[in-house]
Amino acid sequence: MLRKFFASRWGIIGTGAFIGVFAPLLQKWGNPGNMGICVACFERDIAGALGLHRADVVQYMRPEIIGFVLGALIAAYLFKEFRPRAGSAPIVRFVLGAFAMIGALVFLGCPWRAMLRLAGGDGNAIFGILGLVGGIWVGAWLLKGGYNLGRSQETHAAVGWMLPLIMLGFLALMLLYPQPQIEGQTQSGVLFYSIKGPGSLHAPLFISLGVGLAVGILAQRSRFCTMGAFRDLILFRQTHLLSGVIALVVVAFITNLILNQFNPGFANQPIAHTMGLWNFGGMVLAGLAFALAGGCPGRQLFLAGEGDGDAAIFVLGMITGAAFAHNFGLASSPQGVGLHGIAAVIIGIIVCLFIGFTMRKKVA
Amino acid sequence: MSNIVDARGLSCPQPVLLTMEGIKKIKKGEIAVLVDTDTSKENVSRASISQGWKVKGIKSEGTGYRIMIAKK
Repeated sequence: MLRKFFASRWGIIGTGAFIGVFAPLLQKWGNPGNMGICVACFERDIAGALGLHRADVVQYMRPEIIGFVLGALIAAYLFKEFRPRAGSAPIVRFVLGAFAMIGALVFLGCPWRAMLRLAGGDGNAIFGILGLVGGIWVGAWLLKGGYNLGRSQETHAAVGWMLPLIMLGFLALMLLYPQPQIEGQTQSGVLFYSIKGPGSLHAPLFISLGVGLAVGILAQRSRFCTMGAFRDLILFRQTHLLSGVIALVVVAFITNLILNQFNPGFANQPIAHTMGLWNFGGMVLAGLAFALAGGCPGRQLFLAGEGDGDAAIFVLGMITGAAFAHNFGLASSPQGVGLHGIAAVIIGIIVCLFIGFTMRKKVA
Repeated sequence: MSNIVDARGLSCPQPVLLTMEGIKKIKKGEIAVLVDTDTSKENVSRASISQGWKVKGIKSEGTGYRIMIAKK
């Protein structure tokens, strides 16, 4: 019964609506503006918390991400769907993850945040969403031409447990080295904590973790995916996944209105810049990389939670990409694109096209 | 049973793409689609129905499923 419900249109709409309520609430409870949930930004903050980059405004071990993976793991076990598998072009998935993150950080958000920014009144998100759809459209065209990543193999349960265990390790570090209470202190044991900027803004740990777990469970069941939403529309004229994304935007918009968090405009939006072309371009790269990897960054976390070792590699690629983005000056800031952001987007698109054109058919 | 689409080990959207190819090729008849995840099982069923095909049965096979789809 429950299984049927989640696979139905109401299941996916319910998941989108749940995120639409709780993302703005997380913002109310402390998360950054129009960033109640952002998979790319939060993985970037995790890279910062670990010291993989030293951008001191974006360092925090985001419990939402930990919750996403562990929630999906719990749901997969409850419904007997945990299937350890790996071996479908892992290195390519790593590279796609890294460039997806670089593109997302030029725009300043993953597809989830693009929707949340729109629902919060940030007009710049329109360029990002158009870019996202453009990138997915190119990816869909490559898929039609025979692009694929090859088959994965069934494997040991431990392989499927790797990313969930890493996330448990991150949670343990967070409990072992909690946020410093002394003013001005940015380090607690091995972890970095921002004291200014978006990294310093966060909801209480257990609220973030709880919402993360709930979203992880719901999204694993309903297969919520923001990239698949547009891909399926383009490839198959199917609107199943899209109805979840639309529910997210509509419900988040209403929740923002109720919470007084809706501020329409283009200038001075929270953690956003107004360079339309690169809001568009960054998301073309991200959308293309997500399409080639078979899922949006949230979906990759949920897949990793149900045992997909290749999705786990994509996640690690994203975290690594975030480190590169900040160490190399590729990430944007509210002032605009980073020093080498534009070059990185162009290189990333070339790399994705190389992957898309050279990995064709041969699926015996 | 000649029409088999083997989508085991393939990630989204390959199972649906291969099923659609199979459907286009034979227009009507029966196809067995092999998948290894519940997501693929749901997606292939949904896509087949949207093409006017019927899901005649789903059997567990190994660690995955055999989905029988048909159109008269």
